[in-house]
Amino acid sequence: MIYLELYWEFFKIGLFAIGGGLATLPFLYTLAETHGHWITSSDIADMIAISESTPGPIGINMATFAGYQAAGPLGGLVATLGEITPSLIIIIFIARFLGQFDKNPYVKDGLYGLRAAVVGLITYAGLKLFGTTLLVNGSIRIKETILYLVLVFLVLRLKKIHPLYWILLGAILGIVLHLPS
Amino acid sequence: MKRKEASIWQLYLTFLKIGGLTFGGGYAMLPMLQREVIDIHHWVTEEEVLDIYAIGQCSPGIIAVNTATMIGYRKRGISGAIAATLGEVTPSLVLITMLATILLQIQDNIWVQRAFGGIRVAVCALITQSVFTLSKKSLIDVPTVLLYVATVAATLAFSLSPLMVIPAAILYGLVVQRLKRRKP
Repeated sequence: MIYLELYWEFFKIGLFAIGGGLATLPFLYTLAETHGHWITSSDIADMIAISESTPGPIGINMATFAGYQAAGPLGGLVATLGEITPSLIIIIFIARFLGQFDKNPYVKDGLYGLRAAVVGLITYAGLKLFGTTLLVNGSIRIKETILYLVLVFLVLRLKKIHPLYWILLGAILGIVLHLPS
Repeated sequence: MKRKEASIWQLYLTFLKIGGLTFGGGYAMLPMLQREVIDIHHWVTEEEVLDIYAIGQCSPGIIAVNTATMIGYRKRGISGAIAATLGEVTPSLVLITMLATILLQIQDNIWVQRAFGGIRVAVCALITQSVFTLSKKSLIDVPTVLLYVATVAATLAFSLSPLMVIPAAILYGLVVQRLKRRKP
């Protein structure tokens, strides 16, 4: 049954994604590989855009969107419930039995490695994203790549500007430049 | 500061408000959270919020959800945890379901396709920015940089599952830190 399967896949994402919404991205790419009929890797770029420009935690927005794509409104609900279940169990366990969890030396040592790997996983997801956006059949899309270089230059300099505005700018430029090329 | 009690319903509504008014979740939610649970409702103290937030960041799952669960649990036990968490995700469920419905109907429109053609490029730039920002905080010495390079290589070139990377990275952190301490 699709709802049970959705619940289980997003339960795993909720359990293994540590460090915020973007940390769920590599798992969504894995999902696109194993369950291509639910979401495709080119859907993921649109999901990120919608999730960053809508209120609510990015990870939850992406789970709702992916679940919706897979199985309609109920799918969105089931995926989200799947993703929050591990949090509920783990956090209640921590609250009850491990008061100063974040100050535990083992937790600190584990996080030292984990944080570096999470950046690696987000980089991996980012490169996948470049693959579907900046390349087509193995060759570079010129317009997109030039626009990317310009935007990255601006985004890295103007850090205070909210992602929502960059996404709006992207939409306008997409219409003006007749993307995708 | 004297802590006030919270009802299940209040927990649901307060986190509904936080979820509905925070763009970006996780890191963006802290100011909103402080205003609601400290200044308005007096449920927890400033130090408690920072502790809870730190725990939320290093536990599995979405940071905003972890934080909501923890505060809900402290105020009203398991039902409080569930109420706060459901409140936090309700706006996402409603808004994203609506947007997804609209989007699926208009996605063949040429203007929408062009707009998304540009939006995807903007998202690439935003992800690059996130990687830069996170690198500064997480890649702090030679062992972390090595682990970073190994993670990217293993997932991209050898299709290693991210599920395998997480436990391996935790183990790596434990071992490296222990070795570092042993050295004089």
